[in-house]
Amino acid sequence: MPFYRNLSIRQKQIAWAWAFLAVPVLFYVIIRFYPTGNAIMISFQNWNLLGDRTWAGLENYQKLVADPVFWKVFKNTFLYLIIGTPISLVLSFIIAYQLDKVRFMHGTLRMLYFLPFMTSAVAMAWVWRWFYQPVPTGLFNNLLAQVGISQIEFLNSTSYALPSVLAPAVWAGLGFQIIIFMAGLRAIPVSYYEAARIDGVGWWTVLTQITIPLLRPTIVFIVVFSSIGFLRIFDHVYNMTTNNPGGPLNSTKPLVLMIYGTAFDDFDMGYAAAQTVVLFLILLIVSLIQLRLLRSE
Amino acid sequence: MTIAPDVPDQARPTSDALFRAGPSRRPRNMGQIIRWMLLFAGGILMVMPIAYMISTSLKWPFEVYNVNLIPEEPTLDNYAYVLEDGRFYLWFWNSLLIAAITTVSNLFFDSLIGYTLCKFRFPGRQLVFIAILSTLMIPTEMLVIPWYLMSQSFGWLDSYWGIMFPGLMTAFGTFLMKQFFESVPDDFIEAARIDGLNEFQIWWTVAMPLVKPALAALAIFVFLGNWTAFLWPLIVTNSTDMYTLPVGLSSFGDEADVAWELIMTGAAISTIPTLVVFLIFQRFIIRGVVMAGLKG
Repeated sequence: MPFYRNLSIRQKQIAWAWAFLAVPVLFYVIIRFYPTGNAIMISFQNWNLLGDRTWAGLENYQKLVADPVFWKVFKNTFLYLIIGTPISLVLSFIIAYQLDKVRFMHGTLRMLYFLPFMTSAVAMAWVWRWFYQPVPTGLFNNLLAQVGISQIEFLNSTSYALPSVLAPAVWAGLGFQIIIFMAGLRAIPVSYYEAARIDGVGWWTVLTQITIPLLRPTIVFIVVFSSIGFLRIFDHVYNMTTNNPGGPLNSTKPLVLMIYGTAFDDFDMGYAAAQTVVLFLILLIVSLIQLRLLRSE
Repeated sequence: MTIAPDVPDQARPTSDALFRAGPSRRPRNMGQIIRWMLLFAGGILMVMPIAYMISTSLKWPFEVYNVNLIPEEPTLDNYAYVLEDGRFYLWFWNSLLIAAITTVSNLFFDSLIGYTLCKFRFPGRQLVFIAILSTLMIPTEMLVIPWYLMSQSFGWLDSYWGIMFPGLMTAFGTFLMKQFFESVPDDFIEAARIDGLNEFQIWWTVAMPLVKPALAALAIFVFLGNWTAFLWPLIVTNSTDMYTLPVGLSSFGDEADVAWELIMTGAAISTIPTLVVFLIFQRFIIRGVVMAGLKG
């Protein structure tokens, strides 16, 4: 290739770089950027897949604000976040903190806690769904019956259904958060603890003055990671309520399930796209808060 | 599963060990023993749903309602029944194929992009970097509608390509790999250049072998993510033959409705392979997950 030979080293570098990036750039433009713009555009249109696409202005968004189901769903989505995030954060921290102090069969204990992370959400949603069934089927109600406690209608009650659906989601994510916390604990230099020991400080002071402040980046990461996960909850809810998606009476329906129903059951693409834009904005705000928190260190 | 402690774990005394009698493997005092027993009980509780899933898959229908963990008369009948019509084999194969191809594609492209952004200086580098970074902010759920419309107009619905095209490259993987290529010394690359290797050969034969741990971590994440992926495969597939394991299991659960021993068998079929792989490569996988989680 005489043309290539005549290029300077720097020009060759540029040619190689763009040769490497050609396919990826095409991929990102077609599969990521164009669809993003398209989703925003569709949110301003009326379209049921079969008929014509017509411009609707802000109609879809106005419809959303006026839709009581949307506000119910909005509330549910934040309930998943507000209940799920603190519970998984506190549980995973306590377990990681204690596990870090244990040497005997450490690997086995860690494996037990991590195992649920390797399961598929769909499979485990069905397992938990079985646990929640009324007697004589469900495991939990059978256990309750054995100790003489009255039955709980886990999935059929509007007040218990949401926490019941949330439980397996928290359970499955715990293992990941525990090992991230343990990595964070390992990264704290031993010299801090040695200094604390020489000063004769108690364990509570060590925990609140050394361990937790130094774990801040880890805590921020876990809070944001699990918040985004709970805001996007879908697999568990869909599979535990297939007979009545998001039920009973929409009491478990999160935003993603509403999007799925609007788009692929009702084929109201414009309205569904508007809902995805709302989800995008919520996640964007969470990410910006994360950047804020990390920067202020 | 191994019982031997991690070497690095042992080398580093715990915060607690400093406050008590020197670092020791065996619990010495009452507090340590209680802590260990509570942690063990918690760990057993954590794996109970998995244990019950497997136990119920081995039970006869009449025993399902018994809360015993150990089946009285274990049977593989449920497996024979569930696997009989071949649907689960097909779904298993679909999931395996899609997860494997997607993983290979991510290993190749994510590291190629990461390497280029890390080791080359060229106009537009910063722009490409920021553009890819910004896609991390866009949730998949926002893209499924345009992807569906796109698949519909190109005839990708209900095909392998349709299921896997959105995940062939990920921004997460690109940044993970870029981080790891930072640790590859420029001198190595310069030396290879002097030896007359072209840029592709340098990337493939010099740089790639140096980031093997990162490639393994990425492979675990991408494979697991695609093996358990549900929303997009649910949307893009129509025919039973094209279902992936999670989508197939979901439809199977709906149709088997009350036959819980059969549903548990289906759930076990989709869970056991990843659990076995995990138990074999346990330490390696945990390290990879930590690496990907913290650096990515």
